[in-house]
Amino acid sequence: MLEQFTFVGFLFLVALFLGLFMFGVPWLLRLRPRKSSSYKSDPYECGLRPHGEAWVQFKAQYYIFALVFLVFDVEAVFLFPWALAYHHLAFYAVLEGVIFILLLTAALIYVWRKGALEWM
Amino acid sequence: MTQLVLFVIFGAITLAAAIAVVTARNLFHAVLWLLLAFFGVAGLYVLLEAPFFAAAQLFIYMGAIGVLIIYALMLTRGVMRQQVPLVNDQWALVAVLAVALLAVLSWLFLQHTWPTVDQAVGPDSLRTLGEALVDPGRYGFPFEVASVLLVMALIGAVTIVRER
Amino acid sequence: MMVQLEWYLILAAALFCVGLYGVLVRRNAVAILMGIELMLNAVNINLLAFWRFTEPAAATGQAFAAFVYAVAAAEVAVGLALIVAIYRNRQTVDMDQINLLKW
Repeated sequence: MLEQFTFVGFLFLVALFLGLFMFGVPWLLRLRPRKSSSYKSDPYECGLRPHGEAWVQFKAQYYIFALVFLVFDVEAVFLFPWALAYHHLAFYAVLEGVIFILLLTAALIYVWRKGALEWM
Repeated sequence: MTQLVLFVIFGAITLAAAIAVVTARNLFHAVLWLLLAFFGVAGLYVLLEAPFFAAAQLFIYMGAIGVLIIYALMLTRGVMRQQVPLVNDQWALVAVLAVALLAVLSWLFLQHTWPTVDQAVGPDSLRTLGEALVDPGRYGFPFEVASVLLVMALIGAVTIVRER
Repeated sequence: MMVQLEWYLILAAALFCVGLYGVLVRRNAVAILMGIELMLNAVNINLLAFWRFTEPAAATGQAFAAFVYAVAAAEVAVGLALIVAIYRNRQTVDMDQINLLKW
């Protein structure tokens, strides 16, 4: 079992190395502007200067979309084993999974009809 | 041996990140530590030979729940700047209580002889799970109730959070 | 040397206690929910460890872990929505100031 994850571990090490590499090279070579100024450390080097703070009040709409995403994410946990067993299931067992999906679809349609998915 | 080393690594990552979550001053850093703790738990699931749950841990906890907590933090960002005490005044008592609970639980776990079996996980353990989930004699009813619970959570949360 | 069941149980207990500390001590409501998430993860480690070490052929432990995922998702969705609503009404998520029902 663990042997199958050798590749995952290897990729994890590669990812870790890449991240450290990108931070490490500028740090090692001391890559920084000789004369630092607030213009040079702007997030965008050209165009308008940013104003205000990054911590603005976000709209609750973002939260609602994340919520819908979370619910259908959890649905996947139940439906993946069900789909794996599909060929070994009786008809009513397949129907149970369909009811599961339909209930969640009904919730999505309800939320949609109520206008919660409109961008205000 | 490899198992042992990986268990120690992932266990240490999980516990260290969890302690950082409850002690971090900056709440946004606390969320990032929380994601690292979730990652450590996913590694433990791999060691427990439940790769599906390791994947689910990554895409539910680190993906969806992490994003949701970050959004909630941004929606309530007014509190990020206030210099209020981080913890309430019962923290010392609670710390003693938590350590005591851990000691008692560990003592209990080591006292008991668990009926463990030395048996490998079959290749179709996930298929067995799928069959059990829709079997009306086993988890068929909880399966549908889980769906209803998710429906109610979705509708309830959207109703609560909407701006009118 | 193999990793024993007790080790997973003790690790999960430690994670649970850290989460419990966070829940009882933090003042920010979002931080309290983070502590609850840690506790739910500890429960899931326990379920899967028992499944792996005592009954790997049955689906019981895995099924319960899947239900814990559903409950955790519902809990975090509604809990965070309540916190956002409270913030909108009272401009605070400090648990010591949310005391309307306190006697």
